[in-house]
Amino acid sequence: MMEQRAYDLFMQNLVKGTSHLALGQEAVAAGFGEAMRSDDYTFCTYRGHNHTLVRGASMTGILGELMGRECGLLNGKGGSMHLMSVEHGAMGSYAIIGAHMPIAAGAAWSAQYRESGQVAVCFFGDGTTNIGAFHESLNFAAVWSLPVVYVCENNLYMEYTPIGDVTAVKNPGADRASAYGLEPILIDGNDVDLVYATAQAAIAKARDGGGPSLLEVQTYRHGGHSRADPGKYRPDEEVKAWLARDPIPAYRKQLLAAGVSDSTLDTIDQEVSDRVDAAEATARSSSPPPLDIADTDLWADGTSTWRT
Amino acid sequence: MAQMNMIDAIRSAHDVVMAKDPNVVVLGEDVGYFGGVFRCTDGLQRKYGEHRVLDAPIAEGGIIAAAIGMGVNGLRPVAEIQFADYIYPGFDQVASELARLRYRTCGDYFSPVTIRTPCGGGIRGGQTHSQSPEGIFTHVSGITTVMPSNPYDAKGLLISAIESDDPVVFFEPKRIYNGPFDGDPNKPAVPWTTHPKGEVPEDYFTVPLGIADIVKPGSELTIITYGTLVHVAQAAARLTGVDAEIIDVRTLAPLDVSTLADSVCKTGRCLIAHEATRFSGFGAELAATVQENCFYSLEAPIERVAGWDTPYPHAFEWQYFPGQKRIAAGIRKVMEAQ
Repeated sequence: MMEQRAYDLFMQNLVKGTSHLALGQEAVAAGFGEAMRSDDYTFCTYRGHNHTLVRGASMTGILGELMGRECGLLNGKGGSMHLMSVEHGAMGSYAIIGAHMPIAAGAAWSAQYRESGQVAVCFFGDGTTNIGAFHESLNFAAVWSLPVVYVCENNLYMEYTPIGDVTAVKNPGADRASAYGLEPILIDGNDVDLVYATAQAAIAKARDGGGPSLLEVQTYRHGGHSRADPGKYRPDEEVKAWLARDPIPAYRKQLLAAGVSDSTLDTIDQEVSDRVDAAEATARSSSPPPLDIADTDLWADGTSTWRT
Repeated sequence: MAQMNMIDAIRSAHDVVMAKDPNVVVLGEDVGYFGGVFRCTDGLQRKYGEHRVLDAPIAEGGIIAAAIGMGVNGLRPVAEIQFADYIYPGFDQVASELARLRYRTCGDYFSPVTIRTPCGGGIRGGQTHSQSPEGIFTHVSGITTVMPSNPYDAKGLLISAIESDDPVVFFEPKRIYNGPFDGDPNKPAVPWTTHPKGEVPEDYFTVPLGIADIVKPGSELTIITYGTLVHVAQAAARLTGVDAEIIDVRTLAPLDVSTLADSVCKTGRCLIAHEATRFSGFGAELAATVQENCFYSLEAPIERVAGWDTPYPHAFEWQYFPGQKRIAAGIRKVMEAQ
């Protein structure tokens, strides 16, 4: 709902620049968010609005950041592709493919060294599996037995190209696992209960000293790669089939079947909608950040100039 | 005081800081069991354990990134990149992540990583074991870039670097690891025991980042340099008989502008010398800075003596290297200009 609103704000030209929505992929972030401990680390990509939100970062902060307002998580210095909320363990969304994967390994190493029991969960796309950092990270994680869970969200396209056209194996994540002595794990990423159970198991294993996991979760982005992309390179039947598997209505059906009442679900929907409205209103009324913050926080003394 | 070469001094800096702060960890290729190809981390793994001195796989991007991640929560990682020539796979991590984490997050998030790496030529290393890429790093806002020229500074600056909350890229001119080198490869090697800066306290001390050192005061000309060429420039100045003020920049970024500017405004003449390629090299920034601050005191155009604008050619190492003759010729040119 928040991402749909982000899209609407784009259309009103209130969000400048690009943005990468994960409409259709919500079950992945939701399942993991529920399975994580509050002090665990999340590292995600530029398609990371949901991953940041599920850790508890404020919706106002997220929408405000997209809109370049003072109330944004990073006072507008980051933008859509760089959401971060350190206090919530959301250690950043990274816009350079694969860059965050070895950083997550380092964060996991830090947790291991400090014996803090924290686990790092690192999300990335199918396209990332072809860059060197992916392989370096998995090797690090395996060699040092790090408490890290690598989650490949395979949405079938690396930007605009079908992943199968540019990848030597069928399953870009799972088929690489054995190269690092890891179990191949491939699941339906639109089944939120399955994601949750798989996340719980992998996180528990990491926390108990059992080392890293590499999970491939299959999902689909309903829109194009970014704001500028209508996604027309995808076959209509494929899009139609995946829209029919939209995880949000699917889960509603599942909950109804399990005996949750329509009115309970409607109330939840209404509450979320109200929260999005409130977040949007606050973000809209927030001022643009003052220009003088552009000169701050480059160096440790808080300035952008030399210190002596 | 102890006699140390630069390798001893760098090892000692690690040792002192690791003993003081359990959050300091070391990682890199061959740094643990083997002790580093230049021996700069020798003995640290035996003393502090495999969990604090890690042998990393050959993956420079991964090493720097892992260090960034380690630094997210209070650790102070020191990453060794075995040769500066190997640092390019990690450059993305330095430029896109390490340098800008603090800025991007309004100060919420930073990683106090120190990256140590041996640089420079004069050891017959050929094209990919001789480079001086410091100017590529000074071009990235948010990275402290350091290059010491002697054991005393190496230890004091490295301790400051590790303790700094800013990321530091620490270049070690490997030609002078074992002794000061005046640029004449035909002379027998001289050990650091012959040099006053080879005397180094065994205990904790710091040399502040961001402060240049006036190595030799003088009145006729200012030579601004760093690394190996600090020693070559002194020899070249002696060759010409010119009373040169020689400044060792030590911290390239952020730059100690006032020390440089005060000197050039006093002498009115300036020569800049570095081993790195001349075009778009750090010398260009130095020349622009001097010009901006000292234009009305300058009596001659600023001269730059640098490596050629080519890769380091193996067979012509000593022609590429800005030795005494080339620096002396530069000094004469600046002195003769009207």
